[in-house]
Order: sequence, then C-alpha cells, then structure tokens
Amino acid sequence: MENVNLFRQEIRQWLEANCPASCRQPDSVMPDVVWGGRRQVFEHEDVRVWLERLIEQGWTVPSWPKEYGGAGLSQEEEKALREEMHAFGTRSPLFSFGIGMLAPALMEFASEEQKREHLPRIARGEIRWCQGYSEPGAGSDLAGLQCRAVRDGDHYVVNGQKIWTSDADVSDWIFCLVRTNTEVPKHEGISFLLIDMETEGVSTSPIELISGSSPFCQTFFDNVRVPAGNLIGEENKGWTIAKRLLQHERTMLSEGSRASAAAQRKSLLEVARDTMNAPEGPLPDAGLRDELVQFEMDRICYGATLRRTMDAAKAGRGMGPESSMFKLFLSEMNQRGSDLRQRMVGSDSLVWAGEDCPEEERQITREWLYGKASTILGGTSEIQLNIITKRVLGLPE
Amino acid sequence: MSLILTEEQELLKDSARSFVADNWSVGELRKIRGELDGSGYDADLWQQMAALGWTAIPFPESCGGLGLGYAELGVVLEELGRGLVVSPLLSSVVLGGGALQIGGTEEQQQTLLPGVCDGTRLLALAYQETPRHDPYAIATQAVQSGSGYRLTGRKVLVLDGAAANLLIVAARTAGAAGDRDGLTLFLVDPTAAGVTVKRNVLLDSRSAANVEFDGVEVAAAAVLGTPGQGAEILDEVFNRAAVAVSADMVGGIQQAFDITLEYLKVREQFGAKIGSFQGLKHRAARWFCEVELSKSIVLEALRAIDQEREDRAELASACKARASDAFRLSGKEGIQMHGGMGVTDEADIGFFMKRARVSELLLGDSVFHRNHFGQLRGF
Repeated sequence: MENVNLFRQEIRQWLEANCPASCRQPDSVMPDVVWGGRRQVFEHEDVRVWLERLIEQGWTVPSWPKEYGGAGLSQEEEKALREEMHAFGTRSPLFSFGIGMLAPALMEFASEEQKREHLPRIARGEIRWCQGYSEPGAGSDLAGLQCRAVRDGDHYVVNGQKIWTSDADVSDWIFCLVRTNTEVPKHEGISFLLIDMETEGVSTSPIELISGSSPFCQTFFDNVRVPAGNLIGEENKGWTIAKRLLQHERTMLSEGSRASAAAQRKSLLEVARDTMNAPEGPLPDAGLRDELVQFEMDRICYGATLRRTMDAAKAGRGMGPESSMFKLFLSEMNQRGSDLRQRMVGSDSLVWAGEDCPEEERQITREWLYGKASTILGGTSEIQLNIITKRVLGLPE
Repeated sequence: MSLILTEEQELLKDSARSFVADNWSVGELRKIRGELDGSGYDADLWQQMAALGWTAIPFPESCGGLGLGYAELGVVLEELGRGLVVSPLLSSVVLGGGALQIGGTEEQQQTLLPGVCDGTRLLALAYQETPRHDPYAIATQAVQSGSGYRLTGRKVLVLDGAAANLLIVAARTAGAAGDRDGLTLFLVDPTAAGVTVKRNVLLDSRSAANVEFDGVEVAAAAVLGTPGQGAEILDEVFNRAAVAVSADMVGGIQQAFDITLEYLKVREQFGAKIGSFQGLKHRAARWFCEVELSKSIVLEALRAIDQEREDRAELASACKARASDAFRLSGKEGIQMHGGMGVTDEADIGFFMKRARVSELLLGDSVFHRNHFGQLRGF
C-alpha cells in the first residue's frame, strides 16, 4: 500500500512536469480519440508532444510488459495511474482497435517474434489496424466466410472481399480471417492472417450509411501475396482466435458506448423540459415522462449489474460470457436513448439539410440513424441471445 | 459497498436454502389455501425461523435483535421467496417491526421489539384502504376522546392481520384522504371492543385481513411517533418493505426461471427438445437478463437502506418496479413455456405466477413506482 502511495506521488509529479497545460481539463484541446497510424495528423502540436511522452513512459498501455511497449504495471498500479490521471484532468488520447482488440489476441496466440514485431508499434500508435471479419455472404454466420488464402511457397495468396471494415481507408494493416481449407467443416478451415494494406492488390471503398456518412468500408483482395510468417497461431486454427477477439470487441464496444452516453450534451430531462416548455414541475406529457423514467431506471439497473459483475470478478467469481449480456443491453439502451431524444426534439430534428437547419438537432438525427447499427455490428442482438442460450443457459442446439 | 455476498451472508443463504428444502414444499400452498379456520400461518415453522434468528436480524441488540441489516434480511427473504414460503416475516418484521423501530419511543421499542425478535409478538401494519396502493389515501378517522382517541374506518389487505396479536393502524387525526399531513399511527389490540378482523386467503395462499374499526377506544400512549407526522414513518417503512418484498420476489423469479429452463431441456416435441427452438430460446435469454437485472437492483437497494443513502427511496422504487415487471414476465413466460401443463394445478409454475400477482400489487406496482420515481427525481 505504501509503495502504491509513493507511486501515486511520482505520477503526480510526472504529470505536473510533463502534461502540457492544453491537454488538461477544462480547456483540453485533445480530440476524443487519437487513432494513430502512418497517416495520423495532429491538429495541436501539444497533443503530439503529450502522446510522445506517454509512449516513452509506456503509459499508453500501462499494464503491458515493458518489452512490448507497456510499463509492466500491476493491476493496482494501473488503477492508481488511471485515477491520478483522471484527478489531474487528463488521459491518454490513444485508442485503437490494435490496443482494444488485436493486442490481447496477439498476447495469447502469437509467437514471441510476432509479438515483438507488432505490439510495440501498437503501443506507440505507429500502426493503425482494422478488422477484416465480415463478408457480404458471412455476417451473423461469420464462420461461413469465403475469402481464400492459398499457400504458395513462403507466401499466402489472398483473394476475396471483406465488408464493414471500419476505417479501412485510413488504416495501415488489417487482421483478417481467411479460408485456408475448403474440404473440412467451416469452423476448421479458417486462419488468422495479418496483412499490410500497402501490399499490391489491396483496395478499399467506403460504404455510405442511412445517416449520410460512415466509417465503414469494403476491402478487396486481388492476388495479394502475404508472407507466411504473418499467420497467427496454426493454419486452420484461426476460429479460436477469432472468437476470443470478438469477446474483446464486445467489451470494447460496451466501454465505448458508456463513454459516449456520458458525453451527451444535454440530459434527456433537459431536452424534455425545453421541448415541452416546462421549466419545472411534473412533465406535462405523462406518456413521455413514463418512458423517460423507465429509461433512467433501466440505466440504474444496468449500472448495478455491471458493478456486481466487476465485484464478482474482483473476488475471483467471474460470471463468464456476460459480455454478451452487456453488449445486448448497451446497444439497445443507446438506441432507445437516441430514439427518445430524437422524438423529443421534434420538428427541428426532421431536417436533413437546408438554410435554417441547426447543427445540434441535425447531429441528434444522425446519431439516431447511425445508432441503428449498434444492435447489428459486433454481433447482432440475436447472435448475443444465441451466445447466452448456449454458453450461459446450456440449452440444446 | 460490494454487490456480492460476504462469506457470512453466503453461509446465511446456504442455511436458509436447506431450511426451506427440509421444511417446505410448494405443495403446502395447495393445502393451506383450503384451511379457512386458523389464522393463516404455520406456528411451528415460524418458531423454527425465529430460533434461527431470522426474525431478529434487523433490530438492535439492546432490544433482543442481531444488529444486522437489510442486506442479511434480504438473503433470507430471497430464499423464502424461492420456495414460495408463507410466513409473517414481511408483515411482522419488516412492516410492523419497521414502523416500531423507526417511529416508536424507547419504551415502546423496549417493551415490544423483544417479542418481535423471538417471534412471539406478531405485528401487522394496517395502512391500505384503496384497491390500489396509494400511501396517503387514508380516511380512517382518529378523533380525540378523553385523553385518548377513538378510531373508525376500514382497512384492506392487512398482511397476516388475523395472525397478529398487535396491529399498527394508520389513521387520520387531521386533514383529508390524500393529504400527507395529519396521519398518525396507533398500536391497537386486535381483540379490543369494536375491532373486527376478517381473514381472506389470497390467491397465492398467503393471508390478509380486512379490518373494521368501529369506534375503537385507544389510549394516548398507543400513539406511535408524533401525532400528525405518521407519514414520516410510513414513507420509510414503505421504502424498506418495497425492497424487502422485491428480495422475496427475486427468489421467486429465479426459481420460476430455473424450473422452466429445466423443462425446456427435457420436454420433447417434433422429435427435439423444445429448448432447441429459437422461438423459445431467445425469450429464455431475454428472461435471463431480466433475472440478472432484478438481482442487481435488489442487492443495490438493500445496501442503500442499510447505509441510509440519500437516494434510497428512488432505488426502492426502481427496485420494486423492476422486480414487479420481471416477476410478472416470469409467471407469463413460465406458464407459456410449460404449455398445457402450465395451466394445470398439478404444475408448480402456476403458483409462481400467483405469488407474482400478489407481490406486484402489494406496496405499489411498476406503474405506481415509475410515477413515484419520477416525482422523487423531479421528472
């Protein structure tokens, strides 16, 4: 305990000496997320400097071993660091699929050489990763994927197409599920391959969503030659890695939605009071008030469930595949929240574009539209229900 | 405070679970619903529960209690609810004992709580007068009479009212039905002249009485708390009782889910286990989520009561609303998934739906509590 207190003191001194004033609340110039990668552009020089200093300390991924770019902190120390940074009004701006999804899988399944090649570059934000999982013919039935990788000497030759590859057009590398055997049951012929997007034959094209824009792309592979050393784990054993990585993705998505829910500008109650012109007293629209109350109660129940799970995990009584339950709830609650908000804002939120079109309301509508994706991406709600019935309830197939 | 059970609470849970397994079965409910002569409770069972100390859990040691809290009482209530046990724990310890503990003078507590703790003193709280829970809709009159009061009015749904040997009655010393001010609580002997207690067996085999007060004379010393300020006591008792009944409900929710899940794994139609059909599977998964959410909010609310947190009333409402809806869902889905067997008296699942309906309407259903939560939060 004494050591941790000492460590906290060191953190505070270091932050005082190294964190640029512009990267502290309330005037922080930091964007929500610095994704990193070869094409990263910093709008503010201070943010670049701040990130560089964090990287030197290993504090973009504090719990990782030092040889992989982390600081080798214990759970307790990591918690202390997080709390001290929060109290100081700052954070690490680096967030990426590399950190949240790929790295945990690499730690578990990659060779030492592969870890030393890729992990430090993820920790330093040098390489931006995207995820090549879904295909036009393999959505919920992910294991039905057809993107082919055929061994040719010390390379694989990859042909096929991926869809919903978030940010593929600005990413440097892609982690991909490819079919390496077509003669066996579908789960047993899948491999996990890392591909540099600059390789000849890789191309991307963006997908426009109902909200008018989107981070999603299609990615095409046309006779792409990938070094065989980029295979993670054994050939045809990629499905195990794929599933584990999906668990990390669900956790990341749950955390992500929590952060964005907290960042909402006005509370739903404030919006309701504005639109109903009821600055105080009971909201005059009893039906809408009831919906708001239900939503708020659901949030409380959800929060208690999350804390109960964390308390159980801390006490060594993990609940197991509860990440499915949380992904299910959070995505549905987010959707309900943005739906409620959009309806409450009323007529101003119906404008797509025009001469008298307030940006905030336009944004609310975009969020409502984009929110429709949240119960589909990362495994649809129905797939989450399947996982619960199978792994938690043990119901027969 | 952690939302998982401590080692001591786990032990309490285990002991409550084996007590229920050894001393009770859902079949008891079929038997006692026909027993209209007695007072509606199993005195032997009750004395055993008292001997285990459960009746003494939330009371201070100076009054014969164990000095524990609602977190512990909730553990026991959940296990009793899982077995659909009928006992006066909610009526005597939570509702009656709670009112006494919150509003009673030192002397009243010293005189009466030891009996509550050892199970010999059975209290019942007579508050409700309207068909649906409405805390201040009390018209029963208490008018000054000599140095005391004279009570006139009619109470409904007095849980275990016929078993009780002391009633706590909410009456009006000022104002009109619906006012928060002007309520006063009285300790009333159910055998006093002018008191008529009529017992009903409810649809879940628990008992409640309708009680008439026809010019019942009570002494000034029978007042609990400050005259006219009875709502202060009632509000707090209702918070605790809403959470306590939710703990009981969570046990029933879990058990209804468990027996239905088991049925899905054994019942075959179309040459397959019905639990393999996605039409049922996904509903079972949704139901499972409701079970988990209900458990969490009950744990949270029980702890909020013990810590006297500022938001305990809001949590109590969030808790009772969730448990009511989840138990209703459990009865509905439980019966539907049992198919034809589900609507027979032979299958246990129906008793869970019956308990759900009584518990739901007791102390306010989810509609009441959403509205109440909205008021507390200023919505």
